[in-house]
Amino acid sequence: MLTEPEWQALVLSAQVGVWATILCLLPGIACGWLIARKNFFAKPAFEAVLFMPMVLPPTVPGYLLLVTFGSQGTAGKWLKHNFDIEFIFNWKGAVLASAIIAFPLMVQAAKLSVQMIDRRLEQAASTLGASPLKVWLTVTLPLMLPGILVGLIMVFSRSLGEFGATITFVGNVEGETRTLPLAIYSATHQIDGDASAMRLIFISLAFAFFALLLSNILSRRAEKWIGINRA
Amino acid sequence: MLDLDFKFTRDQFCMQICTKLDAPITGILGASGSGKSTLLAVIAGLLKPQIGHVLLGERTLFSLHSDSGSKVWTPPHKRRIGLVFQDGQLLPHLSVRDNLLYGYRNITVEQRHFSVAEIASLFEIDHLLSRKTNTLSGGEKQRVALGRAVLYSPELLLLDEPLSALDERLKNQILPFFLRIKSECKIPMVYVTHSPREIEFLTNTQLIMSGGQLVAEES
Repeated sequence: MLTEPEWQALVLSAQVGVWATILCLLPGIACGWLIARKNFFAKPAFEAVLFMPMVLPPTVPGYLLLVTFGSQGTAGKWLKHNFDIEFIFNWKGAVLASAIIAFPLMVQAAKLSVQMIDRRLEQAASTLGASPLKVWLTVTLPLMLPGILVGLIMVFSRSLGEFGATITFVGNVEGETRTLPLAIYSATHQIDGDASAMRLIFISLAFAFFALLLSNILSRRAEKWIGINRA
Repeated sequence: MLDLDFKFTRDQFCMQICTKLDAPITGILGASGSGKSTLLAVIAGLLKPQIGHVLLGERTLFSLHSDSGSKVWTPPHKRRIGLVFQDGQLLPHLSVRDNLLYGYRNITVEQRHFSVAEIASLFEIDHLLSRKTNTLSGGEKQRVALGRAVLYSPELLLLDEPLSALDERLKNQILPFFLRIKSECKIPMVYVTHSPREIEFLTNTQLIMSGGQLVAEES
């Protein structure tokens, strides 16, 4: 059985994962579509910036978040003053860190799903009297669904595993910012923490397995729904 | 009916068209790469010419003339021109019924000239209405695509090699449906193909497209 702090870490991880996923959803779809379909000035640079969190050491975005959204950061002071929102040593900061690290996964999944859509389907819809917005809502978006589902599950899974940016930005506060990976890290640094670490590791393994399994099942169902038959 | 006088260029390809099409069915013959599909895309509003005009009856769909400075652009969804592609391009996430209704729902009740039941019966697709499109054969898909375009009650129907993906048996099965559209639905058509046999079956009015130009006309 899990101890109280282990339960806290588990619930907090799920909470951070869900919020990070929600936060990434719409901007991820919008950016993926934009990259796949539009040509604009400095597009390669825009794309490079979007995907940087994937290649940077997570401590780098974590530190930049600390500098920007910390109690002395410009955005941090502004948010505290105007909306009484504080990120530092707070689970909301863990959500922000996780969302930023996982965001490229959502963008990549959305981008690939748009690129796979036959543009003539959208053209056919427009020659049947559908406005660009209606084409997007009734053709593009439904056909993006398998990719969006995969993206969401990848973001959620990545958020569960987020460590570097979170610990750099919001620290390792039990019950507030100590998610599963941070709890494992803490347990491995305790003299009698092996059993706790092992329990949390098993939970992480189960989480990862079921998230990927769910991703596969949902994307297969969505593909079947849109008429793609996969072996 | 259709008055075309425009120039369209993209990369090395240049299309220059100046003609009037007013037959119930106009056949356009041409080899691959001659510009047949580009012509239909310009008429449908999927491509924008650099200069000239495209008129459908009294309506100006496109007009850009450097001398008069006139600028008109009607987007594809406002043209009321149906376009049937080679492989039907049915929306895979919708049932046959919802595909048929896709354009039908985008027009007002007054604009609707046909009912779903009439069209389903005309194209013999009544029994397919609840099916998903990925379960249809090539011929069935093409008949649904035709039905969908006709239900939209377009003022003009463009057919971009609608039979080229089908075998001879299916071609012979579907060709008479185009004559039904002509006689029963009274929708003028521009039929593009590289098969003289299909054109001869459907119409005496044919144009030949080569290198982006209509180089010969036979009647």
